[in-house]
Amino acid sequence: MKINELLDARSELTDTAASKSAVVLMTRIRLARNLTGQPFPGWAKDAQKREIRDVCLQAVASLPQMKRGLAVAVDELEDLEKQILVERHLISRELSHGKTGTGVVISKDQSCVVMINEEDHLRIQVLRAGFQFKKVWHAINTLDSGLEEHLDYAFSPKLGYLTACPTNLGTAIRASTMMHMPALVITGQMEKVVRAVNQLGMAVRGLFGEGSDASGSIFQISNQTTLGETEEDIIRHLTGVLNTIIEQELNAREKLLETEANKLFDKIGRAFGILQNGFVLNSGEAMNLLSLIRLGIDLGVVSSAPRAAVDRLFIECQPGHVQHAARGASEPGQRDVLRAERLRTEFAKVPPPDFSNAAQ
Amino acid sequence: MANSLKCDLCSQPATVHLTQIVNNKVHKVDLCEACAQAKGVTDPSGFSLADLLLKASLNPEPAGDVRCKACGFTQQDFKKTGRFGCPECYDYFQTILEPVLDTMHKGVMHTGKVPQRALARRSFYERLTQLETELDQAIKSERYEDAARYRDEIHQVRQASGRKQEA
Repeated sequence: MKINELLDARSELTDTAASKSAVVLMTRIRLARNLTGQPFPGWAKDAQKREIRDVCLQAVASLPQMKRGLAVAVDELEDLEKQILVERHLISRELSHGKTGTGVVISKDQSCVVMINEEDHLRIQVLRAGFQFKKVWHAINTLDSGLEEHLDYAFSPKLGYLTACPTNLGTAIRASTMMHMPALVITGQMEKVVRAVNQLGMAVRGLFGEGSDASGSIFQISNQTTLGETEEDIIRHLTGVLNTIIEQELNAREKLLETEANKLFDKIGRAFGILQNGFVLNSGEAMNLLSLIRLGIDLGVVSSAPRAAVDRLFIECQPGHVQHAARGASEPGQRDVLRAERLRTEFAKVPPPDFSNAAQ
Repeated sequence: MANSLKCDLCSQPATVHLTQIVNNKVHKVDLCEACAQAKGVTDPSGFSLADLLLKASLNPEPAGDVRCKACGFTQQDFKKTGRFGCPECYDYFQTILEPVLDTMHKGVMHTGKVPQRALARRSFYERLTQLETELDQAIKSERYEDAARYRDEIHQVRQASGRKQEA
C-alpha cells in the first residue's frame, strides 16, 4: 500500500461504526520493545539506526496483521503526510520529525502501527474506536508474540522489557483511552479529576499527547507505571478508574440538565448555528463546536447525526486533513474557510436540535 | 536566606515547590521559574512527574563516573537525557537505578509478559554454542567417544527445538 492510498482509505478511527460509547472515543495500547545488543535510538549512530530500521521494517512488514499495509522510512514521507498520520493518532509527533533511521508500518485498516526508532527500537500500537481494552490487548499481545518470532527482544527476568527510559521498564505498556468530557469541563471539575487521577498513578493529557491542549474537551488518560504489575492488572486498574470518571461525567451531564438546562441548550444551539452557517473556523473552535454537538447527540437533542460522524469530523477538521482534502491549500486562513465550508455542507442536512427530547 | 532551595534541574534558586502524592508516596520537587514553565508544571493537564522525579532524585548525588562498558554511555549522559544508551546499561547503572525505580513504579520486579519464544530461542543457541565448543575441544584432544556423544546431543537439541537448523 502506498501512503496516498492509505490516507484516502477507510480507517479504524475515521470510518468505524463502533462508536457506541458516549464518553470513550478510542482505546489504545502501546508496547515498547528493543532489540538485544543494540544501542537505543537516542544513542545509536546513524548507520546503526538505519541498519536497525531495515531489520525491524522487514520483520514487522512480514506479519500477517500487516499484510497489504504501509511499510516506509519516515524520511520518505512528505510533511503533510506525516501530519495526517499524527492527526489520526497513528504516529507520534516525535516520529514525525523524521530523524535519521526512523520508520513506520501501518496495517491496512489503520488499527495496528509499529513505529521504528522512535524513543525505543519498536513502539507497537493497536487502537480501536470505543471502549475496547479486551480486544485491543488481545490484538497487541498476538502482534507482539508474532514479532518475537523474528526479533530478539532485550529482556531481563527481573526488570522485564528493557526500554530507553526507565519509566517504561517492565511491561513497557501504556494503555490509554481518549475521553470526551464536556460536562466536567463546563462545570469546572476537570482540574479536580486530573489531580485525583494523578494521585492514582495515572496520567491525563490533551488530545495529541504530552503538552497538547484539551480542545474539544477531549483528554487522554493512561497508566503511568509499568513495573511490578502484570499487563492485565494495569489494564484492570485503569479500567476501574476510567469507569469512575465516566460515571462522574454522566453525573455532571445530569446535573447540568437539572440545574442549568437553558445555558447548556444555548451552547448546543449556538454551536449548531455556527456549524451550519459559519464561514471561517479554526481547528480549535471547530473542535469545541463539534464537542457540543456530540454532547447534544448523547443527550438526544441532536437526533439524526450519528456519533461516529462527529468523531470522524474531530479528525477531519485537523489542519493536515483539511489541507489534504483541498489538495493544496496551505494558508491557515484559507484552511479555516475550507473547514467552515466542509462543516456547513455536513450540517446542512442535519435537522435543528429538538430540546424537548433531552434525555433526563 | 542562607539555605534557600535550589532548582532540582538547573541549580538556580527555586521558587516553585511541588508536592505530589503518587501511589501513596510523597514526591517533592523544587524548581526555578524557568524550569517549571519548561516542564509544564503550571499546566495541570499536561504535566508528568515521572520524568522530573527521575532527574531530581539523581541530581543531588555527586557526579558519578559510572560508564556502560557495552555502549560507552555515562552517568552524566543519563542525567542529561533521562534515558539509557543500550539494554546493557541496566546492568552497569543498577545501583543508581534501584532506589529510583521504587519511587517510579508499583514494584521493582517484573511480573508481566515474558517473551517465551525469544528466550527459548536464546537458550537454544546458548546450549548449541556450548555443545559445539565442547565438541571442538573433544576433537582437538582426540577424545572421540566424547565427541560422538556431543554430536548426538547437538543433533537432539536441534530436533527438540522443532526447527530445522542447517548445520
